[in-house]
Amino acid sequence: MTLPAFFALFVAFAVATWGVREARLRTARHEAGRRFFRHPTAGWGIGVLAFFVIVAVAAPLVTSYDPRAQLDIVHLKNQPPSWSYILGTDVYSRDLWSRVAFGARVSLIVGALGMLVAVTLGTLVGAVAGYYRHWVDAVLMRGVDVGLALPRIFVLLIAIALFGQLPLAALVLVIGLTSWFGTSRLVRAEVLSVRERDFVAAARAVGAGPGRVIFRHVLPNAAAPIIVSAALGIGNVLLLEAALSFLGIGVAPPTASWGNMIADGAPYLASAPWTTLFPGLAIALVVMALNAVGDALRDALDPRQEGRAT
Amino acid sequence: MTEPLLRVRDLKTYFVTEHGRGTARAVDGVSFELHAGETLGIVGESGCGKTVTSLSILRLIPEPPGHIRPGSVIEFEGRNLLALAPAELRAIRGNQIAMVFQEPMTSLNPVFTIGDQVGEAAIIHQGLSRKAARARAIEMLTLVGIPDPAQRVDDYPHQLSGGMRQRVMIAMALVCHPKVLIADEPTTALDVTIQAQILELLERLQAELGMAVLLITHDLGVVAGQADRVVVMYAGQVVETAPTTALFDQPLHPYTEGLMAAVPRIDAPKSRLQAIPGQVPAATAWPSGCRFHPRCPHAWTKCKIEEPPLLGTGDHTARCWLVQEPARRKPAPPSQ
Repeated sequence: MTLPAFFALFVAFAVATWGVREARLRTARHEAGRRFFRHPTAGWGIGVLAFFVIVAVAAPLVTSYDPRAQLDIVHLKNQPPSWSYILGTDVYSRDLWSRVAFGARVSLIVGALGMLVAVTLGTLVGAVAGYYRHWVDAVLMRGVDVGLALPRIFVLLIAIALFGQLPLAALVLVIGLTSWFGTSRLVRAEVLSVRERDFVAAARAVGAGPGRVIFRHVLPNAAAPIIVSAALGIGNVLLLEAALSFLGIGVAPPTASWGNMIADGAPYLASAPWTTLFPGLAIALVVMALNAVGDALRDALDPRQEGRAT
Repeated sequence: MTEPLLRVRDLKTYFVTEHGRGTARAVDGVSFELHAGETLGIVGESGCGKTVTSLSILRLIPEPPGHIRPGSVIEFEGRNLLALAPAELRAIRGNQIAMVFQEPMTSLNPVFTIGDQVGEAAIIHQGLSRKAARARAIEMLTLVGIPDPAQRVDDYPHQLSGGMRQRVMIAMALVCHPKVLIADEPTTALDVTIQAQILELLERLQAELGMAVLLITHDLGVVAGQADRVVVMYAGQVVETAPTTALFDQPLHPYTEGLMAAVPRIDAPKSRLQAIPGQVPAATAWPSGCRFHPRCPHAWTKCKIEEPPLLGTGDHTARCWLVQEPARRKPAPPSQ
């Protein structure tokens, strides 16, 4: 790896560390901020996420090789980590660090967008079911029950069998469309309770229609659990993407994603363990960080944990 | 007499209880009229159907389990509110008929500024821009006497005291200058000094804006000070209706008498407070005959069998057989 790339990597690391420190200081004035950082691993979680996001965004700067380039298929395959190739090379002689960095783009985007689709859909369905109740609720929730009963991996396999290799956007959509069931149940439960509060009746009394009541009065008051479940859910989507890519039905090679990197390296687990170890480590770190941040967000946002009057 | 602004006729709002085991007849044949510019007080103890009546007028009863029985009429300016489509009804809510709720602590949305909430009705009904709505909100906050309104408009509800929040609720209700204001126990959650301020404010605004007020309360003192006419409710029915002075001079119904005897007086010698024995019966099983007979000191056989209609002359009527047979009234027990 070249000197500028090392330098950029160092900067990325420094920025992530500094960012955590700054965030801690800036939120210390708010009760919610203090509660967030009181969680033992919240700081580490934010730091790891910040680092990977910076690396993903600045991937061309922090790496020195094209992640798809086969550098020297004869002499450079399955090289162990060295100063030139800090994480080593894979079986096709591609630089592993470049692939981890560019793979972060794919994995994080799939995770975030997939969860965005899921949370949007889940929130809409849950809010409509919880607000209108009665037969609307019954129909929607039985649909959700069916969705939860189907093993998701088979639904995805069917989609892939029907449409062949999916482009990235379609993959995000399919993952999102199969991940919203849990969220919708959560949102429904929350909406059922918020809709009975006095200010909802007050909003109806000034003439607000159902759309206005749901989006302006009910959902903002149900936001905390939705945010928490989204943060925790990204990790699941990330794992799902990795699993699909590992099975060869997710992100299509040669585009790097952490899942298909593990798949590429799996046959050489004994002779070149770094080819699976590093992408695996990246997945584990990011998922752990997301869980820590999700837990800390719950501490910070979920009013039921507060127990304080205003 | 001129055509009333709001006419409620034979309003019946029933609730089906869980598993269909019974029907709670929360409001059971209530009629009254509200004229432009007047204040009508509705009095009664908890569970007598006051709040359900007020919610029924704006059709805010959760349906199901609640439903307003066919045959009920709620006429506003000659239009039956019970026959309106949801969109037409929304055009009336907050615009022509507005409501102030009982609990200022929970009736404001905690995640929006008070300016947002006061301006909301203006955005809905008058199509104001956010900026114009904010200016209107400041104007309304000034009107209801919130100090420093230009700053306060960006406050969140939790930054205000209870009295201030009730002022905000009133501002919220009055943004579109409604013709009818329904105030459901507007001062119950407030301490007495604030209570007096809020009532004074309501009175001033009523004079300034010329609206009719339906004042729902369990507090006879509030009614005596504010209302032009009073409707006394018991067990989902109107039991007495009269001009305020007539009602306080000569209550006809034993229930009204009981309520008045139960008010502590600051000028009388200290004694045990009078109470009406028993409790309001359950709405799923009103007593036969006169619904007040189990608690009435004067009741006789006829009261247990036959339900009295509203009896009396002119504008003072009571749902009591004593109006026809005043000789049966037992002498008042000697006051201790």
